[in-house]
Amino acid sequence: MNELNVLNGANGASMVAPMAAPINVNDCLLQLYEEHYELEDYQKGVPRWCTGCGDNAILTAVQRLCRDEKLAPEKTVFVSGIGCSSRLPHYMNTYGFHSLHGRALPIAEGVRLARPDLKVFVNMGDGDCCSIGAAHWIHAIRYNMNMTAMLHDNNIYGLTKKQASPTSPIGLKTNTTPRGSYLEALNPLTVTLGVSNVSFVAQVVDWIPKLLYQTLSAAYHHKGFSFVRIIQRCPEWLPTHMDEYLHDPQRVLLLHHENGLEIDSELAKRYTKMEEHDPSDLNRAREIASGSDPIPVGILYRNENVPLYEEVRADTRLRTTSLVKNGLEAEFDKFTIWPEGHARATA
Amino acid sequence: MIAAGEVGTVKNGKAARKNAGVQAAGGVLARKVTRLSEHIVEIISDSGEGAQKCGQSFGAIVAQMGLGVWTTEIIPAEIRPPARSVAGASGNRIRIGSKHISNGGNETDLVIAFNEQVLLGRVRANELKPGCTILLESMWRDDRRIATTYADAVDQLLAAGFKVVEIPMDKECRKIVSDPRKGKNMFVLGILCGLYSLDLQTARDQVVLTFGKKSAKVIESNIALLDAGYAWADANLDFKYEVPATKSTEPQIVVNGNTALALGVLASGMEICAMYPITPATSTSHYLSDAFQEVGGVVHQAEDEIAACAFAIGASYAGKCTVTVTSGPGYSLKQEAIGLAVMGEIPLVVINVQRGGPSTGQPTKTEQGDLMTAIFGSHGDAPKVVIAPGTIEECFYSVITARKIAETFNMVVVILSDANLASSQQPFKRPMFDEAWLAPPIDQSAIPAGAKPYDWDPKTGLARRFIPGQPGGMHTLTGLAHDENSHVAYDAEINQRAMRARSLKLATLQKTLKPPTVFGDRTGDLLVIGWGSTKGAIEEAVEGLRQEGKKVSSTHLTFIQPMPPGIKEILAGFKKVITIENNWSDSPVDEMIDESNRRYSALAMLLRSRYLVDVDCWSECRGTPLKPNTVRRVILEAIA
Ligand SMILES: Cc1ncc(C[n+]2csc(CCOP(=O)(O)OP(=O)(O)O)c2C)c(N)n1
Ligand code: SF4
Repeated sequence: MNELNVLNGANGASMVAPMAAPINVNDCLLQLYEEHYELEDYQKGVPRWCTGCGDNAILTAVQRLCRDEKLAPEKTVFVSGIGCSSRLPHYMNTYGFHSLHGRALPIAEGVRLARPDLKVFVNMGDGDCCSIGAAHWIHAIRYNMNMTAMLHDNNIYGLTKKQASPTSPIGLKTNTTPRGSYLEALNPLTVTLGVSNVSFVAQVVDWIPKLLYQTLSAAYHHKGFSFVRIIQRCPEWLPTHMDEYLHDPQRVLLLHHENGLEIDSELAKRYTKMEEHDPSDLNRAREIASGSDPIPVGILYRNENVPLYEEVRADTRLRTTSLVKNGLEAEFDKFTIWPEGHARATA
Repeated sequence: MIAAGEVGTVKNGKAARKNAGVQAAGGVLARKVTRLSEHIVEIISDSGEGAQKCGQSFGAIVAQMGLGVWTTEIIPAEIRPPARSVAGASGNRIRIGSKHISNGGNETDLVIAFNEQVLLGRVRANELKPGCTILLESMWRDDRRIATTYADAVDQLLAAGFKVVEIPMDKECRKIVSDPRKGKNMFVLGILCGLYSLDLQTARDQVVLTFGKKSAKVIESNIALLDAGYAWADANLDFKYEVPATKSTEPQIVVNGNTALALGVLASGMEICAMYPITPATSTSHYLSDAFQEVGGVVHQAEDEIAACAFAIGASYAGKCTVTVTSGPGYSLKQEAIGLAVMGEIPLVVINVQRGGPSTGQPTKTEQGDLMTAIFGSHGDAPKVVIAPGTIEECFYSVITARKIAETFNMVVVILSDANLASSQQPFKRPMFDEAWLAPPIDQSAIPAGAKPYDWDPKTGLARRFIPGQPGGMHTLTGLAHDENSHVAYDAEINQRAMRARSLKLATLQKTLKPPTVFGDRTGDLLVIGWGSTKGAIEEAVEGLRQEGKKVSSTHLTFIQPMPPGIKEILAGFKKVITIENNWSDSPVDEMIDESNRRYSALAMLLRSRYLVDVDCWSECRGTPLKPNTVRRVILEAIA
């Protein structure tokens, strides 16, 4: 209010030329004030992940994204399941929902259907999403609600201390597979790309911050359910597991396209293994997705034309008291017996 | 309670067979008209033959005429069991009376059956009154493959003392339609209307309503069938019943419990219902799916019950109190999520339309087996509110109450209905919309600086709810133990404080409840306590016995968690207290049972532990609604 007076001049006279349409200075100021955010506006507490944990990189990228997209913290919700990765909402100064092991997606769907005005993000671990939450994951793809789901995939159960996860590669020694994992790893990308209604699938690794940011940003801007698998290090339980990929740029395949990610020159110098991939090409996306070495990184698939559940299902009418009253009375009437001569409640 | 009057000149035995269907010479029958204060009639067929529709229409006509009525569906376990099978009985049971009817009543007085096999199913289930009148389709007598079985069955029925009247339904219907399988039910409806001296025009109007969306031709032929049945009964049956009606002066509404729940959801202002199909709860969501189209709202059919409950929690967290509807097995799956809502203090309404358990149990049969799960279910100490409607009308209002409590106390409210209420129909006073029923709009005002998301009031345990979108209210809700700021905290002190707050809310709610009413005197020899759908049967039995001078009263609990105040005082007025329930309890006379190992029925267990009173119990798990006669017998034994 004070600033307003200053801007308007002591006598409140408009500073705009008399012929122009009057500008509501009040609104401009509010807008300016509300839409400018600093990184610390999104930061909360000190993350308690192990040193070097890939979750830190994901958190940083997400905070930057919120700042750059000017997401109002009160209109942003991070929903997570249970696991190390699912602690992420606690470190965001937005609304958060740290829920149940495997159930982040249906909770996020409820939030989304109730409140299309909120921005919804989902953080899940590989056990969380691909094991206990597998049914919800597949159906979240089908529903195609507008939200960004991040799969923090460290190939291991972190929080429960090193058990095999569905994405653990064959031979991986864990507490439940001391002589090596014996099942073929589940590939979250091919699964996602196999579900009808799939609308956005990307993969990225935690150790290339710029790409991580770019990928999450593309996912955020996608209209529909965007699924990003982030290959993530867990130095606590698998300290050397990803080293070969980390140290050898040739073990990463950068996907780029004018409709996908643009690779800046600095990255291009280091990651020379590249493929120009059009994200609208589902068949090629599936082929790329099935490869794991080199790790394909970038947008595999994008289709903006899949109908959104919340739009297909939503009622666009304003739900007013009189609408409910009329609807309800009409419903009552369907089952009502009126005594002779009794006037009906509704005409 | 008055039993069915004797039917005068029912044609019996061989004579009946010969005369049935034969137009009486001269057209005028010496007819015996019996005046009754109430009667129970059953219409049963193979599934798909329309006995359900016939029964429902009959119930509606009877209600229009101003009679008290309670209809109960007879549902086989399979969707289409083999035709003409004992297990395949499908239909409707309608109890009509001059006065208000509060339950399905005792055994059936008159049954109209489309074949003798489905009828035998009802005889074996002991659902027919001894000497009950049976109107039976006679076409099977002419079917070479079936004739012998049929004749044998009829002889058996006659030998058992039933009065059998054979009716050539198929033959009569063929005079009007080419496929009697599709029209027999309306012909039978006509017979019933004739038999009970109902107004034919009211019946015709009902048929129009029943087939409302069908073509004019379909409606016409069904009305013709109705008229034909009416005329046939008039010309051929030498008996008739009259149940005098006392017309209601108030508008009444006739729905089953599931529809009443759905109407309650609409009326409470909830606009999202998350569910996964399960019998007998699902029809609630069927009805809502359609009705929501008019008032704005969504039924979300989730991938499973876990997701449905989580979805409801997400929506409630975001500011719109949401309902999730299920039955026993689905309720088990929701337990983990219900615990999350308790811990996060998210308002949530969970409807459990109980069915016979455990496991998949008896999907279409009734039981009150989930009371303990509702109260104690979910791991750890998870206090939640449990309410049990006792009538169809209460089904409606319980949802409105539940939503209000859920949002005021930020609690989970479980509504325990059951298969008995779900599919029974009973008229009740038509509700008139009240704005106060609706949920308030979502609060998006800024949170004052310094306010905490779990600022538990030390006296009540209540805290204001922070809803996403409120500036300054950012926090992360968690199912982990947390402090007032919603920060994960495992401190001894904090955990104790948070547990206290969550539990205290129940006591706070309890202080707002009224003591339960006593049906009958406040002192006497015996007090019967019930909960949920057994209300009508218990009160009817108690009323009858009181008229005979027995010092018996009853009370019915709608709030089971928390229990209302004043119960101890009520218990103190009686020499003996017994709960009567539709769940399991050991019989004290069983050889292996003694005081140290007897398992009590659910409510008895709760009352015994809370009030230190020797509450006895009687219960059964037959899958059928409790009969007033059964309650009567139990009471007489208890006071003997
Ligand atoms: C119903 C249920 N089952 C099991 C657990 C125990 N649990 C907690 S986290 C977790 C798995 C963690 O692994 P992941 O999802 O890969 O996440 P990370 O910790 O690696 O980020 C399990 C099994 C639980 N909390 N709830
Ligand atoms: S255990 Fe692994 S995943 Fe969990 S915080 Fe430590 S490094 Fe990260």
